[in-house]
Amino acid sequence: MEIRRDIFQAIADPTRRAIITLIALQAMTPNAIAEHFDSSRQAVSKHLQILTECELVTQKQQGREIYYQLEVNKMKEIDKWLEQFRKIWETRFNQLDNLLETIKKQKK
Amino acid sequence: MNSNLLFDFTVNKEKKTIHIKREFDSNLELVWQAWTTAELLDQWWAPKPFQNKTKSLDFKKGGMWHYAMISPESETHWCRFDYQDIDVKKSFSGLDAFCDENGNINTDFSRMLWQNIFSETPDRTTVNITISVDTFETLEKIIAMGFKEGFTMGLQQLDELLLILKR
Repeated sequence: MEIRRDIFQAIADPTRRAIITLIALQAMTPNAIAEHFDSSRQAVSKHLQILTECELVTQKQQGREIYYQLEVNKMKEIDKWLEQFRKIWETRFNQLDNLLETIKKQKK
Repeated sequence: MNSNLLFDFTVNKEKKTIHIKREFDSNLELVWQAWTTAELLDQWWAPKPFQNKTKSLDFKKGGMWHYAMISPESETHWCRFDYQDIDVKKSFSGLDAFCDENGNINTDFSRMLWQNIFSETPDRTTVNITISVDTFETLEKIIAMGFKEGFTMGLQQLDELLLILKR
């Protein structure tokens, strides 16, 4: 079974949101990230793997260490998508404005 | 269309809620009717170029609004809204769902819980909507169903309609 990985799944989990907030400031090694959480190093690593699969974070090698960094452009996809939902409502409400206007005129 | 009317759209990604607040330049009586009667809902609920067609509407606790949104290509999306609590001219809440012509719920989509609160100021009515979703993926699927494509076209139609109305 193919598991669907997308940005919405990435932000659905509180630990992953915390990781995103952490590495938004600066790229960090898995060890440095794990220090901020009570959960096991293994659990944090699993979250990092999901975030990587969602393409929200990427790894970069620096010397002997691997650093995780946030893909800021990917985060913007969420906002773009919510903007579309907002526009649907804008359209809907403009239609309602017109309808209310029409009814008011008929009543006069 | 009045550009002075308040329109707020905020999303709480952690709580997975969407908050929509909108003012209308009409009294509460009329706005409430527009939200709760089939004849009026059919004239505004589906974003253009979609058309809204109500099959049945039973506005009471436990009742449902069963309707279809029809694309210009005659593609039909059946929906239902199950009313939970109703406080006449104040608020109503309920669960939406995609379904078929007979009202059988499509379980591919998780349902969204809506709470709509109406309040009146001397010359305006404000509607406060809170939508709670299980996952944002649900919303993503809904958008993918075709509203996105229809939207640009819809705005153009609205502009044309406004021009005609102004004459």
